[in-house]
Amino acid sequence: MSFLDLKNVTKIYPNGTKAVHETSLSVDEGEFMVFVGPSGCGKSTLLRMVAGLEDITEGDINLDGKLMNEVDPSERDVAMVFQNYALYPHMNVYNNLAYGLKNRGIDKETIEQKVNDAAKLLQISDYLQRKPSMLSGGQRQRVAMGRAIVRNPKIFLFDEPLSNLDAKLRIQMRLEIKKLQQKVGVTSIFVTHDQVEAMTLADRLAVINNGIIEQLGTPIEIYDNPKSLFVAGFIGSPQMNFLDGNLKNKTLSAEGFEIKDIDSDFEGEVTLGIRPEHLSQSENALISLKVELVEQLGSDNLVYGQLKNKKDFCYRCPGNQTIEKGSNLSLNIENNKYYIFDKSTGKRVN
Amino acid sequence: MTRFITSSFSHLILLIGILIMVVPVWMIFASSTHTSSMINMNGLQMFVGDSFYENYLRVLLYQGGFFKEITALKMFFNSFIMATGVAILSVVTSLMAAYALVYYRIKYATLLFWIIFITILVPLELRIFPTYSVMAELNLVNSYFGLIVPISASAIATLFFRQFYKTVPDELLESAKLDGANTWRFFVDFLIPLSKTMIVAMLIFMFVFGYNQYLWPLLVTTSEQYWTVVMGLKMMSGSIVHRFAFVMMSMVPPILIIIVLQKHFIKGVFQDK
Repeated sequence: MSFLDLKNVTKIYPNGTKAVHETSLSVDEGEFMVFVGPSGCGKSTLLRMVAGLEDITEGDINLDGKLMNEVDPSERDVAMVFQNYALYPHMNVYNNLAYGLKNRGIDKETIEQKVNDAAKLLQISDYLQRKPSMLSGGQRQRVAMGRAIVRNPKIFLFDEPLSNLDAKLRIQMRLEIKKLQQKVGVTSIFVTHDQVEAMTLADRLAVINNGIIEQLGTPIEIYDNPKSLFVAGFIGSPQMNFLDGNLKNKTLSAEGFEIKDIDSDFEGEVTLGIRPEHLSQSENALISLKVELVEQLGSDNLVYGQLKNKKDFCYRCPGNQTIEKGSNLSLNIENNKYYIFDKSTGKRVN
Repeated sequence: MTRFITSSFSHLILLIGILIMVVPVWMIFASSTHTSSMINMNGLQMFVGDSFYENYLRVLLYQGGFFKEITALKMFFNSFIMATGVAILSVVTSLMAAYALVYYRIKYATLLFWIIFITILVPLELRIFPTYSVMAELNLVNSYFGLIVPISASAIATLFFRQFYKTVPDELLESAKLDGANTWRFFVDFLIPLSKTMIVAMLIFMFVFGYNQYLWPLLVTTSEQYWTVVMGLKMMSGSIVHRFAFVMMSMVPPILIIIVLQKHFIKGVFQDK
């Protein structure tokens, strides 16, 4: 049994909404697990069930070999960082960090030691006497993490902690969280709807949709080998291009081109997925793109345009190429990196 | 220029308002420092006389009532006990009632709250006989307990605390739970400190409410030993200057409470910002 074990966990709210469907998942000790999915997909509910803030309708949650279903949140030895930090507004930073320790009956000297260590680690030693209202967003974020670290919990839970920060600070805090987790080595679950955050932080990633884990794996596995249309569309930025097509006798006919010798016995309506970065320009290629807009990011150019059948399409090329608006590009798929999904079920078929 | 005129005009109106409120009080005070023959001959006075100590001391220590058992000093003591008791008891019960209504999973909590709320529409006078008979059955007539308890359930304070608790974010409770706080600790360590300013405001409000009670103490006390200041205002006999002096003194405790607690009130408001 691994460190954290979810077995057929289901959550049905009193109003009948089914937020989480029979989800099973294992997290190893010291692992950084990220739950990613669109809002309302049940990822936060799953996290809150681990914390004990939501009752479990069905299934079991085991933490460190102990069944947690009926254990009170205060007894679970988990720490959580909330989206709005939930700092204690009437206590200064020191007491914010110390509060959880005081409740556990730890003596004053040890508390002081631990709080000072955590404050040093997070570089908030100078603000210990301030109230949360006197801190900036990034500092509050650090205090919230300090409050989690100082207790030395079995598991860290992060509920979209970076979504209240501005873009620059978010990237900085993302790095800090990752570094910190590696330094402290605590098992962590991080919930986010931002796929870049998910990819950069995770040891393993669970892509969740409609209360179901669509795919579980390392970020690269999921990027390289999405098992469903949803995962393929959710992970990767800019989004994967999707084209309608028909698969018959190992030949895919899409609008305007054909791909032969496909490694699949599936026959019928399919969706072809091609990542913008898996394309290259060449003479007489498969896809012909009429350029409408070019976003120059410096390192890359994002080329947006339409195919012959007026379908929107995106192509990513190195930033040193000049591409004129209104020109026609002819594009090939690199190394046969394309994904074919059953149109009716969304499952991968190649 | 027009701004100067409008602003002086509004100041003038405010000034008139202040005068209307202050002048009568001042006249009572000024008159209470004269001898009664002076007032009887010349009417109310605008300037302070020289019988201040004489009049006030006599009022404080004079043995009044039908049985000559009660002094004004004792009345102030009774009023203070009653007002403080009402203030503390009603704030404590409302805090706890609101906490239960908002944070406990009580079925029909909203309905219960509205039932409590409706009691605002039922004045004490309406329930005064049943309440009296309960107190009489319990042998609590002529006791501080009987003076305080029946008027110490405040629907208004419960309403205020409930509305405030509802604005406290859920994450705070959840975070506290994960930090090992049980329901009692959350109440004591979070809600009470967070509602400090509101508690002070309610204490002032309920103190004045308790101090101003007239009908209830009149009914529930038969012994002069339990007379309160507000009852004394009516019962007090004697010359007009002594009554004026008593009226002046009866205003002091509520004003004092506001002055003393307002400091904390303002401090709390600014610190929490």
